[in-house]
Amino acid sequence: MRAPLSWLREFVEIPKNLSTDDIAQGLVRVGFEVEEIIEQGKDVQGSLVFAEVLSIEEVTEFKKPIRYVGLDCGEKQTRFVICGATNFNVGDIVVVALPGAVLPGDFHIAARETYGKTSNGMICSSKELGLSDDHAGIMAFSKNQVSTKDDVRQTLHVDDVIFDIAVNPDRGYALSIRGVAREIAGAFGLKFTDPVEALRSLSFVNTGKGVQPKIDEKDCASVFYIRTMSHFDSSALTPVWMRRRIEKMGMRSISLVVDVTNYVMLELGQPLHAFDRHKIKGNLHLKRAGKSEKFTTLDGQIRTLDPMDLMVTDDEKPLALAGTMGGASSEITESTTEIALEAVRFDPIAVAQNSRRHKLSSEASRRLERGVDPSLAEFASARFVQLLTENSSAQHVETAFTGEAKFPPTFSIDPHDVSKILGFEVKPEEVARTLRVVGCDVDEKKWVIDPPSWRADLVNTSDIAEEVARIIGYESIPSILPNRPLHASLTSLQKRRRVIAQYLANRGFAEVLTFPFTNQKTIDDMGFVGPRAATYAIVNPMSDENPLLRVHLIPGLIEVAARNISRGAKSFAIFEMGSIFRSSQKLETSVSPDVVKRPSADVISKIFASVPEQTEMVSGLLIGKKEEDSWQGKSADYGWNDAIAFAQEILELAHLDYEVKRSDLAPWHPGRCAELIVDGKVVAHAGEIHPRILSQYNLPARSSAFSINLGALPESEMVRPYRVGVMPAAMQDVALIVDSTVTALQVQEALMEGAGDLLESISLFDRYDKVGDGKVSLAFTLTFRAPDRTLTSEEVSSMRESATNLASKRCGAVVRTA
Amino acid sequence: MNAQEIKGWVDSADSAFKACTSLDDLKSARLLHTGDKSSISGASRSLGSLSPDEKISLGKLVGEAKASIALSLEAATKRLENERDKKMLAEEIVDITLPVRRNHQGGLHPISIIKNDISDFFIEQGYFVEEGPELESGWLNFDALNIPVDHPARTMQDTFFVEPLESGMVLRTHTSPVQIRTMLTKQPPIYVICPGRTFRADELDATHSPVFHQVEGLVVDRGITMAHLKGTLDNFARYMFGPDVTTRLRPSFFPFTEPSAEVDVFFNGRWIEWGGCGMVNPRVLQTCGIDTNEFSGFAFGMGLERTLMVRHGITDMHDIVEGDLRFTRQFGVGL
Repeated sequence: MRAPLSWLREFVEIPKNLSTDDIAQGLVRVGFEVEEIIEQGKDVQGSLVFAEVLSIEEVTEFKKPIRYVGLDCGEKQTRFVICGATNFNVGDIVVVALPGAVLPGDFHIAARETYGKTSNGMICSSKELGLSDDHAGIMAFSKNQVSTKDDVRQTLHVDDVIFDIAVNPDRGYALSIRGVAREIAGAFGLKFTDPVEALRSLSFVNTGKGVQPKIDEKDCASVFYIRTMSHFDSSALTPVWMRRRIEKMGMRSISLVVDVTNYVMLELGQPLHAFDRHKIKGNLHLKRAGKSEKFTTLDGQIRTLDPMDLMVTDDEKPLALAGTMGGASSEITESTTEIALEAVRFDPIAVAQNSRRHKLSSEASRRLERGVDPSLAEFASARFVQLLTENSSAQHVETAFTGEAKFPPTFSIDPHDVSKILGFEVKPEEVARTLRVVGCDVDEKKWVIDPPSWRADLVNTSDIAEEVARIIGYESIPSILPNRPLHASLTSLQKRRRVIAQYLANRGFAEVLTFPFTNQKTIDDMGFVGPRAATYAIVNPMSDENPLLRVHLIPGLIEVAARNISRGAKSFAIFEMGSIFRSSQKLETSVSPDVVKRPSADVISKIFASVPEQTEMVSGLLIGKKEEDSWQGKSADYGWNDAIAFAQEILELAHLDYEVKRSDLAPWHPGRCAELIVDGKVVAHAGEIHPRILSQYNLPARSSAFSINLGALPESEMVRPYRVGVMPAAMQDVALIVDSTVTALQVQEALMEGAGDLLESISLFDRYDKVGDGKVSLAFTLTFRAPDRTLTSEEVSSMRESATNLASKRCGAVVRTA
Repeated sequence: MNAQEIKGWVDSADSAFKACTSLDDLKSARLLHTGDKSSISGASRSLGSLSPDEKISLGKLVGEAKASIALSLEAATKRLENERDKKMLAEEIVDITLPVRRNHQGGLHPISIIKNDISDFFIEQGYFVEEGPELESGWLNFDALNIPVDHPARTMQDTFFVEPLESGMVLRTHTSPVQIRTMLTKQPPIYVICPGRTFRADELDATHSPVFHQVEGLVVDRGITMAHLKGTLDNFARYMFGPDVTTRLRPSFFPFTEPSAEVDVFFNGRWIEWGGCGMVNPRVLQTCGIDTNEFSGFAFGMGLERTLMVRHGITDMHDIVEGDLRFTRQFGVGL
């Protein structure tokens, strides 16, 4: 919302010593962010004059139209300038910047040779003067509007300060000069004159029968005014001052009638709509469209109406999308002589729905959906009649209305509660004073608050506290820490996440956070199928490229890896921790209980249950080599074994016992994928990425990955350490030959079981697969230790034998002799 | 054998040891002067055949001589070992500035780091860290926060909806639904922060991202006032931006707070918009079944990306979201 200082001064007495910055800070203090301060005219210097166009010579030999224009600038001789615009005629008055003038953008005007002529100045558009963004042509006036003797800066109100402020949705009233002026008055304790006061006494004699208002759709509007006017002559022009104000507000001047409706809306905040009376059959109605017909709005768009759209219609057909935009068929044109002006206090929700359904946010809908002062339908329409009759031949025919203004209800407060909310003492009389500044009536005996007509948002003590604090100033709020609650800590899952992330970072992984979006092709490329491929679709994705929610973390890691490789990286490890969104359940129609009180326990659990599970995962991707090659030689590649090792170490960090089994799962290599099982549940996969995917994404061969379902990991139990043995350990090496189909784990488990309780540890220190006959040799070191004595060599040999015996029995292992 | 002779053995052993230039030389010299065939050993053996008087006098002399030779030997051994070690150490000198083999450089994403940092700050003050789902019920994301369907506030946030639309499921536009979940499941006093990922349909550019992170704080207790909100924000701002920063509250609007405010931080010579805050709207407390006569609360929320960008002078959001290792690694595991 823009607010020119010159216009604000009409309603609030701003002392000269209040600087532009002071005013801006005052606006911020009462809750209006100042997005821009436009100091119009500041960078316009030198001579600007009004000049009458005496002659126009069309210079034709160029690609674009060029005019050589003779001007009467009040000088002895005709001044000639070159002009590229064509929207003016002989006899019009234009604005000319004379040589020496400087225009915005440090544009110096000088006499110059151009298009084979001498141009002695420049005919200006309002954009060139920094007055508006309108560059449709130069500014042309009629002799009725301005005289060549007038001062340009004064007549066109060039010098002004325009505040562009952000208005929050609860302050619709501030989408008007009236509202902003009141806020400035409140911020500085200045005298405010409500423009509505002058309109209260305005009355017009009914001289005939006009168009009648009908509210057919109950509750869509509280009050509906129609002012019918006649004898309008469309040659009437918008006065320059009005046009300039409209431009300063960032809008364009269109025609007198439209300009007056806009002017009144900007001044008071009530949107108005003017219909050509001759295009209305019968009366004006407010009702739902009822059917899906085509309707052309003023912006030339053909829209398909929704049966629920609220429309302004005549007896036969829709004329306007209520509160949002007028229709082309009843538009004011050059042939309009009679006007029906509509002013309605619409139900904000009805307008919001219209606007939302048609993705059409207009100056009118923006105000109406925030709720407009209900008294304004009457006064704004009166202001329209006043301005139109003052500036044209139009005459009032009839004022008709239906319904009545519904004002915000009164409510009572305990003024001491305000201090309890704000945290510092505000005396009741101060509460009353500040509330009066914002327009409330306050009964200080019963403490009944009567909010002003434009403040439907004031309904309870909290609202009052905000108003009081705003006017006193938020800087008065002291800074006090609450009493410290007892204690808090991370949950075990939060701690576990931290430890895992820290561990991975220490082991050379860089953490990445990718967008959790994906697409069907990626899901298919990865080889995900069935429930692992099912996900939710976004109705309005950022792009059609990624319209689905991710089903796995590895595709995102692959994408980031590819990006890093394309930027020159060769070997690295990355990980991500986050949710995935497999559609484990069908989304049911939402449960939306009333919010006035706490829903029942049953409804609350239904709401919680309606949200699908979003599994939390951690995945890591290993690309290229484990270390950089260096003067010390080549580094080994990352491989399936590294991925498995990281997964195992993470489970060990969490103090979990796991089993390792062969697996075949996308996106891993079918022969090089392990699954890790905790408490009988698969919680992790690790191994080499499928070579097809690696080649498709141009990743180095053997790149590997792990993925752990964090949500599936059980809580770890309290560590209960065993007493460490201090007696000497005895080591025994055994080498066993087994079929290559037997896994090392099977042999190891047999050895462990056979060795008995005194086996402290076992490790595979050699594996030789060139034995022949489909056999491999596995060599283990067994470490034995007794808690209470030194083991004898006989004891150790016997335990070793019992270990190898079980391995032979169970795995067909043959002890290899040297 | 006499005293003169014995002294001669000692002297010759001593000078022989001193003349040695290597431990091998010393070994031969030792055998020669202290071995079985050495004069002193022979003398030692022959003591038995001497008369008791001679045994006493010569025995003492031989014993002293043996001790003296042993001392010489020890000194020589030490000297030669030192020489050997010195030589070896000199030969083993390496260029310790050579690049050594290392792990790839790992690190946490700066968003994780700042999230952990903020969490630790609030945990220390007795706040629990609450979390919730990213795909969230619209009722929890909007309605319960006093944002009805057709309220203009709902269009302030460009929401990602999930099919089917009737499900009302959205990618949460803020972490505020976690506040609602907390108030629906826990009894006051409530002191929590809710960090997490949030979504708004903004194009990715230098300052916006459709996927970003927030941290919100919620306190519901007896006698909570806006002064407590201001105090908490001041404390938090000083922790985030340094002990000298000041904060400013400006009136603003959020459907779920009343009074509402924007909080700005004066940092590096200018006011930076940091986040939104306010007293929890009594309507929201009522929806969660909290008795507004007994309890009041405050809430605040800020963007983690924004906080990070302001604090570290990061000028382009792309660096934060693209996952380029060169960016992330600069942060290591802490800020």
